[in-house]
Amino acid sequence: MEANAKKVPASRRYAKRSQAGEIWHRLMKNKGAVLGLILVVMIVAIAIGSGILLDYDEDVIGQNISQRLKAPSWEHPFGTDATGRDMMYRIFYGARYSLIIGVVSVLIALVIGVTLGVVAGYFGGPVGEVIMRVSDALAAIPSILMAIAIVSALGQSMFNLMLAIGITSVPQFVRITHAATLTVRNQEYVEQARCLGLPEWKIMFVHVLPNCLSPIIVQTTLRVASAIISASSLSFLGLGVPAPAPEWGGLLSAGRKYIRTHSYLTLFPGLAIMVTVLALNLLGDGLRDALDPKLKGKK
Amino acid sequence: MEHNEPILKIEDLTVHYELEDETVEAVNGISLELGKGKVLGLVGETGAGKTTTGLACLRLIPNPPGVVKSGKVWVNGTDIYALSDKEMNRVRGSEVSMIFQDPMTSLNPAFTVGEQIAESVQLHENVTKQEAYEKAREMLELVGIPASRIGEYPHQFSGGMRQRVVIAIALTCNPKLLIADEPTTALDVTIQAQVLELMKGLIRKYGTSVVMITHDLGIVAEVCDEVAVMYAGSIVERGTLVDVFNRTLHPYTEGLFNSLPNIKRRGEDLKPIPGLMPDPTNLPAGCAFAPRCAYATEACLKERPKLEKVSDTHWCACLAYRNEGFHIERSKGKE
Amino acid sequence: MYRYVIKRLLMLIPVVLLTSFIVFFVINLAPGDVVAQLTGGDATQEEIDAIREDLGLDQPIMVRYFQYLGGLLHGDLGNSYITGKSVYNSYMEKLPATLTLALASIAVSIAISIPLGIASAVHQGSIRDNVGMVAALLGLSMPNFWLGLLLIIAFALKLGWLPSGGSEGFKSIILPAITVGTGLTAMLTRTTRSSMLDVIRQDYLRMARAKGVPENVVIKKHALKNALIPVITVIGTQLGSCLGGAILTETVFSWPGVGRLIMDAVNSRDIPMVTGCIILKTFTISIILLIVDLLYAAVDPKIRSQYAKGGK
Repeated sequence: MEANAKKVPASRRYAKRSQAGEIWHRLMKNKGAVLGLILVVMIVAIAIGSGILLDYDEDVIGQNISQRLKAPSWEHPFGTDATGRDMMYRIFYGARYSLIIGVVSVLIALVIGVTLGVVAGYFGGPVGEVIMRVSDALAAIPSILMAIAIVSALGQSMFNLMLAIGITSVPQFVRITHAATLTVRNQEYVEQARCLGLPEWKIMFVHVLPNCLSPIIVQTTLRVASAIISASSLSFLGLGVPAPAPEWGGLLSAGRKYIRTHSYLTLFPGLAIMVTVLALNLLGDGLRDALDPKLKGKK
Repeated sequence: MEHNEPILKIEDLTVHYELEDETVEAVNGISLELGKGKVLGLVGETGAGKTTTGLACLRLIPNPPGVVKSGKVWVNGTDIYALSDKEMNRVRGSEVSMIFQDPMTSLNPAFTVGEQIAESVQLHENVTKQEAYEKAREMLELVGIPASRIGEYPHQFSGGMRQRVVIAIALTCNPKLLIADEPTTALDVTIQAQVLELMKGLIRKYGTSVVMITHDLGIVAEVCDEVAVMYAGSIVERGTLVDVFNRTLHPYTEGLFNSLPNIKRRGEDLKPIPGLMPDPTNLPAGCAFAPRCAYATEACLKERPKLEKVSDTHWCACLAYRNEGFHIERSKGKE
Repeated sequence: MYRYVIKRLLMLIPVVLLTSFIVFFVINLAPGDVVAQLTGGDATQEEIDAIREDLGLDQPIMVRYFQYLGGLLHGDLGNSYITGKSVYNSYMEKLPATLTLALASIAVSIAISIPLGIASAVHQGSIRDNVGMVAALLGLSMPNFWLGLLLIIAFALKLGWLPSGGSEGFKSIILPAITVGTGLTAMLTRTTRSSMLDVIRQDYLRMARAKGVPENVVIKKHALKNALIPVITVIGTQLGSCLGGAILTETVFSWPGVGRLIMDAVNSRDIPMVTGCIILKTFTISIILLIVDLLYAAVDPKIRSQYAKGGK
């Protein structure tokens, strides 16, 4: 115990905790952010719970023709689809796809984009210039079109979908990290680290990057939200997760055929997307205000 | 002051900023009077409530969070807090106008300087657009800017030039009263002198009464006829320039003079006032200056002093004078 | 000013080169055999080889890219595998419909969002502000193809007031325009509000009030002209994503625009059509962004005087 206490000076531990605590406190004062956080926790719980409690072959994709196209009722709160599958189970299970695609695709973009952004911002010069130009060119292509091109080239699969959305989100992270790095790069503590003779990569990732985190965290949360919309858009166009997996966009695409007679099939999957995206947007807005009080009220 | 009506009269003005979880007591029951053509220096540290007092004279306290709790303000005999919004707009700019501290931010970046001066003229005088621009041109020349620059935007001017434009806007409709909120603080020292000289000339020319908000006693000595010293939202001493500078009464005023470097006494240490101004959300029960005051007594901590008349032109708010024969250091041996 | 326009047009060239490079490689690196799919899988090897040679697919990819680039310089983006028509002509044929939809949505969004954003900022923290901001966030969180479907259910199927698709007459553009416009309105309302909030506490507004300018003129003239600058940027960038995102709305409402053209090409693996359309669309958006940049100058004197000097 005593040895541990010696390693980290008490003052520093306190300072660190109080900073995180202060951000948490500000976040909890924001009603929207609290609502967003609660919703996100609930959706994650549904995604995990449906994986444990539902049997994929039986409950999610098992067909039951005798129960087909039943309107919402106590037995099937969200109704049943054209092959008699319970829509509630399918939508709950679909949360797994949306969340996994959202998180993984943003992680892909995060790793590539942040690395390139830090390198471009920290070193500058011709390397930085090339990175920024290519990133700008990629950003100039409408992201949905780029994703369509990637998926149609690589073939329709969940992995390719994540890759496509990830790649189209890269420029956002490059730009935001580049901008943050530029402001941090010339700070005195970085200068000091350089005077101490630390290797460049260490300065970059230990001293520069951690001080650029706030905008990256906010961007990540908001990007997961838009990645979920992109994923469902591509699935809706028939370029996403292949059927019979109950991805929400795919459910909408299937339900659309019955829009004249069974509109509940288009209602609930869309509602699921909207609530999830709304929750992440609320949380992202709240995080931005909490991490940078100066920006409060903006956007 | 003679028998004629004062240009500015403030009576028992109290302004609070009511924030979510606290109330800032910015101005606490101040009273003032200013005669025609006189220049009053409103002196005090940052946060003493000077700017709030100035804004109150134009009914421009931002609400929310600012609330005028009590008090009346008369400009040229008109009780401005009894006016409708429309009538108030007519008073602003023509009867009373204001110059703000930072010339870099007080001009609108999206309009030419000409447009901004002419707008004032068009609002208050019944003139055509051409006449308004003609007036704008005259005003520019008057503040020492070639009229040919009328079509340029604020970002094309230096800080000192911008403050000249602001002065032109403020004086274009020949107001009776001008509130100048630290008009030279944001400028370089050499430019400060130029702008101050310009203001002095224009004030004399038009016979404008001025409330000069500043923390610089040098400026006060230079341009003011009267002085009011503010501390934590109250006026602690008020009088003519000679009264306040040469017959100083209040310990805080003394402290202000002592913190000035003096070339004649280079060997001595500066004597800054110890401590900080009290938190305006939590003012002490007694005299707000008592915790920092060398002369403070028991009574000072309990009772809030009122501004009391010492002579026809001199007022002071200090309980220490209840003791016969009390003197502050600065006045020793003078009387 | 002219020099600036020319400079900006020249700057489009590397963008077009880079985007065409990216798009061309992504699509042509596809593992699947296009020809096999084109012929439906029942052609002999000789037939397939003949088609490959015919389409120039037997050449290495770099050679094909440079050939493509050569064509691009003449405005020739090849012909469709399916219809045999020129890609450029097919695109230009469909562009007006897409532009009409985008402009209609943007016009409606601007008309709604700017007054809403101003009111929200002026009454910051009021109930109206809070309701408006929640509504805007909802609008942003709604996938627009789903909104399109809901509108079809409500106004076409249940109420029968408006057509559910097609492009005949004024009535048929209403639902697609609302669909595209909702997200945009939400975004613009938020931008207008935050930009107004930045401006609203500025000294120059206090100065205007001190001059005796009536409050509504302070907001509509002095504040708005400054607050509009970031709003115009967002309109520009959103116009771009409007054109890109309209692909879903066009699918939902069977709107005969570029989006439909691209989706049909993707489904039939019509590679020159997909490549060409994406490049042309990127080019269209870049030109629109340039126009928006020039519009800036009309609002922001700082930028205008930079143009005059021929600077950046």
